[in-house]
Amino acid sequence: MKKMKVISPILMEVSWVPCSPLRRVRIGPIKVRYRMLLLVFRLSFLSFFPSLSLSQHFAPTRTKPHHRISVSLNLKQRKQREEKRRMMMKLDTSGLESFSAAVPSAMATAEDQLFAPPSFDLPAGCADFDKFQMEAKQTLKHAKGTTTLAFIFNQGVIVAADSRASMGGYISSQSVKKIIEINPYMLGTMAGGAADCQFWHRNLGIKCRLHELANKRRISVTGASKLLANILYSYRGMGLSIGTMIAGWDEKGPGLYYVDSEGGRLKGNRFSVGSGSPYAYGVLDNGYRPDMTVDEAHELARRAIYHATFRDGASGGVVSVYHVGPNGWKKLSGDDVSELHYKYYPVQPTPVEHEMVDAPPA
Amino acid sequence: MECVFGLVGKGFAIVAADTSAVNSILVHKSNEDKVMVLDSHKLLGASGEPGDRVQFTEYIQKNVHLYQFRNGIPLTTAATANFTRGELATALRKNPYSVNILLAGYDKGVGPSMYYIDYIATMHKIEKGAFGYGSYFCLSMMDRLYHPDMSIEEAIDLIDKCIIEIRTRLVVAPPNFVIKIVDQDGAREYAWRESIKSPDVSMA
Repeated sequence: MKKMKVISPILMEVSWVPCSPLRRVRIGPIKVRYRMLLLVFRLSFLSFFPSLSLSQHFAPTRTKPHHRISVSLNLKQRKQREEKRRMMMKLDTSGLESFSAAVPSAMATAEDQLFAPPSFDLPAGCADFDKFQMEAKQTLKHAKGTTTLAFIFNQGVIVAADSRASMGGYISSQSVKKIIEINPYMLGTMAGGAADCQFWHRNLGIKCRLHELANKRRISVTGASKLLANILYSYRGMGLSIGTMIAGWDEKGPGLYYVDSEGGRLKGNRFSVGSGSPYAYGVLDNGYRPDMTVDEAHELARRAIYHATFRDGASGGVVSVYHVGPNGWKKLSGDDVSELHYKYYPVQPTPVEHEMVDAPPA
Repeated sequence: MECVFGLVGKGFAIVAADTSAVNSILVHKSNEDKVMVLDSHKLLGASGEPGDRVQFTEYIQKNVHLYQFRNGIPLTTAATANFTRGELATALRKNPYSVNILLAGYDKGVGPSMYYIDYIATMHKIEKGAFGYGSYFCLSMMDRLYHPDMSIEEAIDLIDKCIIEIRTRLVVAPPNFVIKIVDQDGAREYAWRESIKSPDVSMA
């Protein structure tokens, strides 16, 4: 029979069985079946560790460091260790008393393996919530991929917007309605999160209607924008992304307000919001005169949005232009920007620099 | 960045502020009024995050009015300053307001006074003060040229010198400023200093 090394149970219980349990082994003069040996080992082991449950010994064997004899593996300490392991992911553990800290880490992992109940990692945001929140806000910061503009002139307010929705480098839609009709004499523009804008504009429309019913008169643009600004201010820091302009005509004449999810609210005569807004401002500021006709204003707005869509990748699709007059708003036009491009810059025959000519016949 | 500064003269106090509303590289507006008239004899010049600035100063204004309605007499400048500071301090550890405030007022008997209130609720009673990037240039100028009991002309001259210095030396200098004054006749707008005039239909 092959000589078998038997390892004393006092030192360590090995993690593998050196031979089949039925095989006869010899310890000195004694010949026993190996499984008898194992039983003897385990029982003697048990005498040293009375608090262990029996199931531990008839389960597959594991490494057991010998000098952890003094460990009393009660429920409290097991929970502490489990807690500590969970907390090791970036949370502050200085206040926690940890048994594993007193013992070299090699032993600690074995201990954890042995006695920890099944556990899982915390979800992505929980360990470091502040960082997660900052990251979420950062991703949303680039989300105002659009160009919208509005300006007041002598004949009312012109509101214009593109219609592209993009998610990073992917164009998800070329036909988004970015001008939201709050009520027949007030318009809102959408920049930022589409869902946020649509929902809160709809909500604002409800509040405006309730105001009309309660007070028997229409709400002013000042009032409507203040309602929206206060709502957005109360959600400040929670990740709403809205950059909107409220344009309308009330008893005081034309009104235009810029409201955003940071809580800012500005009254003004010319605004442009979105990633393409600097480009639109360039054209708009240059061509603006307070005494334009409606047609001139219409063309200025359309041109400004077109130039913004030309230079900004996140803007495109269709330019919609609305006019708000004393009798409410009216949609003036909706033109595809690629068609506008060829209308403004028709293709012209250009001289060819290098012409491929056939070699003249010899 | 936003510049607010002010000083106390003989029988009056002046608060000046820039008037641009900015969002990263974009100037949304160049005629935004940042010095609020709290009541008949008080001015509140504020700078900070746009939502916070408007909401907090309006909150203070409404509370000042409420006190007057309830009690029949207006608050003193010192009481208003302490109230404002108390509100900032209470909110500081929960939901802080990022607003810096220069409060100027005129009280019968006491005369003109000015209070500097920081965004972390520091409060000082001062003769001259400034907030923002402009303060780096204005404070030393005011230290050099200020003397107690200046006349209105001298004070406006000093304010103008500060504005010119900001325009010369600050890289993102705001183009337009508003100057407001409070004295025994009340709080009112004194002047605008504009270097960029926009062709507007009406003053926003």
